[in-house]
Amino acid sequence: MDNFPIIRVITKLLMPYILLFAFYVQFHGDFGPGGGFQAGVILAAGLILYGLVFGLPALQKVAPPRVIEWLIALGVLVYAGTGIATMLLGGKFLDYEALKHHVLPGWLPEGQHLGIFLVELGVGITVTSVMTVIFYCFAGREPVDGH
Amino acid sequence: MDINSLAGLFNYWIVIVLMMTGFYIVIARGNLIKTVIGLNIFQISVFLLYITMGRVDQGTAPIIQEAAQADQAYSNPLSSVLILTAIVVGVATTALALALIVRIREDYGSIEEDEILILDRES
Amino acid sequence: MDMLELVDIFVLALLAATAVAVARVRNLWAAVMFTGIYSFLGAAWMLILDAPDVAFTEAAVGAGISTVLMLGTLALTSREEKPSKKSPVLPLIVVVVTGSTLIYGTLDMPRVGDPSAPVHTRMNPSYIEKSEHDMHGEMPNVVTSVLASYRGYDTLGETTVIFTAGIAVLLILRKPGKRKTELPNSAEQKGSHG
Repeated sequence: MDNFPIIRVITKLLMPYILLFAFYVQFHGDFGPGGGFQAGVILAAGLILYGLVFGLPALQKVAPPRVIEWLIALGVLVYAGTGIATMLLGGKFLDYEALKHHVLPGWLPEGQHLGIFLVELGVGITVTSVMTVIFYCFAGREPVDGH
Repeated sequence: MDINSLAGLFNYWIVIVLMMTGFYIVIARGNLIKTVIGLNIFQISVFLLYITMGRVDQGTAPIIQEAAQADQAYSNPLSSVLILTAIVVGVATTALALALIVRIREDYGSIEEDEILILDRES
Repeated sequence: MDMLELVDIFVLALLAATAVAVARVRNLWAAVMFTGIYSFLGAAWMLILDAPDVAFTEAAVGAGISTVLMLGTLALTSREEKPSKKSPVLPLIVVVVTGSTLIYGTLDMPRVGDPSAPVHTRMNPSYIEKSEHDMHGEMPNVVTSVLASYRGYDTLGETTVIFTAGIAVLLILRKPGKRKTELPNSAEQKGSHG
């Protein structure tokens, strides 16, 4: 992509807004349209755009494959861990009402809100990292000549 | 069955035509990538069918507004939820299919169904 | 006929045209691009149908990620589809019969947008009314609360499916270098690609 200065400049300009929008969608999903799945694919699309324009090595410097592979499992762990946590706190599996607390009321989310926040976070992490890993797999492979 | 109720089904019919186009691509073409594309089109059409069913007259997106009137209609959130997860699962499984196609091409040197079948019979 | 209906018909016509174009075109690169356009039009239509959450997921996935993945596959395989020797008659018959059966089935369905359709009345109280009460008014977006709370088990399952698919792709496609060193002519291949 070295021959396309317009694409490079525009990508550089858009990049922070794509990432910001992804995080906005992730953390504002309780109030407006959004959530983990949407934010995950938007963030991954932003990373993939960066990789397409500046090359795979540049993207892998920002998001190292080893870290991303760990994050795939971490997302599911956060989700299931929220369920286990509610069980330990005396509720049922994924029963967010057990997450009630009295630390900084009004500032920190609690109960249903906290549970949904954690669960969406787990979904967002897994979706982003799976999409990015899939992109790494396809982009990192070299074509083999057929018969 | 009067003309008005038939016109109300028009959206469903178009969605079915779209679905069948995807289905045709899947069964009529031997190229593996084209088959995956056909499945993709089929899949998106099914998503559209669900979303169409969730819509309601004079409705709005299922985000509760404080300022809205008490009888404000909202489109069905359940169809949105089902399709939302289905889209992301769909792209993950599509990626799996494409990965298998890449491996098939590396081992067989072809992504045409009939050529692969011939190679399989020869071995 | 109001403005929205006009837009509705316009988008549907474009969707149908794009789908037919995908079926007819022989060049795989063009077919992938048309699929991207199809997804984006689908996303536009979902927005008209009051489902913004789904619309921008579809826009990011369909026009972004899946198009890139398909282009990546094309780069690793081939760009042209071989002319098919199969006769299109049998598939056409199958498709027409299936399509007419489905259309016959729709005749019993309530019209689009009917507030008394079973889809809108079978959950009573509906998720909208329940959510307002259960979430203490903190979660205006009902889609999020249904996704993460009421259907939390389901979403955990879906996340696991995505996790599994990611692991499977990793297992199938990772580390091409290792396989190549097992081949006798690995040195030449590395030279020609590096």
